[in-house]
Amino acid sequence: MNRRGELLLDEYEKLLGPRTKIVAVVHVSNSLGTINPIGEMVRLAHAKGIPVLVDGAQAAPHLPIDVQALGCDFYTVSGHKMFGPTGIGLLYGRADRLEALPPYQGGGDMIRSVTFAKTTFAPIPAKFEAGTPHIAGAIGLGAAIDYLGGLDREALAIHEQDLLRYATDRLSALPGVRVIGTAGHKASVVSFTVEGVHAHDVGTIVDQEGVAIRTGHHCTQPVMDFFGLPATARASFAFYNTRADVDALVAAVEKVQQVFGA
Amino acid sequence: MSDLADLYQQTILEHNRRPRNFKKLEPADRSAEGNNPLCGDHLTVYLRLDDDVIKEIGFQGSGCAISTASASLMTAAVAGKSKTEAERLFHDFHEMVTGGPDAPADPRVLGKLAAFAGVRQFPARVKCASLSWHTLHAALAGAAQPVSTE
Repeated sequence: MNRRGELLLDEYEKLLGPRTKIVAVVHVSNSLGTINPIGEMVRLAHAKGIPVLVDGAQAAPHLPIDVQALGCDFYTVSGHKMFGPTGIGLLYGRADRLEALPPYQGGGDMIRSVTFAKTTFAPIPAKFEAGTPHIAGAIGLGAAIDYLGGLDREALAIHEQDLLRYATDRLSALPGVRVIGTAGHKASVVSFTVEGVHAHDVGTIVDQEGVAIRTGHHCTQPVMDFFGLPATARASFAFYNTRADVDALVAAVEKVQQVFGA
Repeated sequence: MSDLADLYQQTILEHNRRPRNFKKLEPADRSAEGNNPLCGDHLTVYLRLDDDVIKEIGFQGSGCAISTASASLMTAAVAGKSKTEAERLFHDFHEMVTGGPDAPADPRVLGKLAAFAGVRQFPARVKCASLSWHTLHAALAGAAQPVSTE
């Protein structure tokens, strides 16, 4: 990627070779907010017969997802990122891909027939759903998906993009504050650093000011290394946030600078 | 309501800005690594011992203000102390940061370390304050594996 945090398609294409078994890529970067060019990435991988798995955990709450239009082979989402329950998610797979895969776990309901001579597995998706499922979680996730599906996603996306621009402008205007991840195509996620203050100290102080953000390396240590940072603070805006929430964040960051005399 | 001023005391902010004994000792008699992989803090503690006494101590690493200041104040507190005295301080410090609101934070016993009494109001930050002490303990014990407080 470049310094803005944008994936370089020509470099990506060079990585696709005869030893490439699968491409696994995030739809939206959790640490930078970058929206990756999935359609083009899938086209390049498929041209070489390579399947593509897209991690859409961060995309599902911000973008309408059309797996067929993206053309990917697999797509995953996480319940708690879609305003649903924790401990549950979804794996989408193209039928031919799923049919070709062996079960990863044995248990009730994933069997069609068993004899001493031969075991046949249930058809997809039951083949991958051994044992008693997370029933309450599945009902909750279904409700969350219905809820999201009933909203005007286009209008919400416009609102989120407004919050993104507003937060980026206001945070960038603070002396000593640097926004990390400035891709042209971004979800409403703003990662930033405050000069002279570690992200965890930023997090504790803004939390005390009533603003919940994520801090740390976001489990993306190589990305942090790329930017030469130990950690960032990250504000993630959903459709229910407002410009007043951004103002509260900015005031809380000013409080951080006041505490640290930065 | 927990209070920010209790956590970020001037002593802590000052030691974060200018950590004491922030150096590698070469050669060192003992050293140990401490890592909190989830939060990314890491440090190494170096010791020179004279029999049972910590003759010299240094540390290097990267972390938040609480972990950096704690390491700095820890090195200042245990330099010149015997292993037993250092372990006793660790015990008292640990009791203070993990205890309830009435846990002892006696400045006569803990000296400047009493600045960390506010940490107990912030459970998520206890591991930051205690990492350097666990690393010191590992160095004194001659542990080969890195320690963690996560």
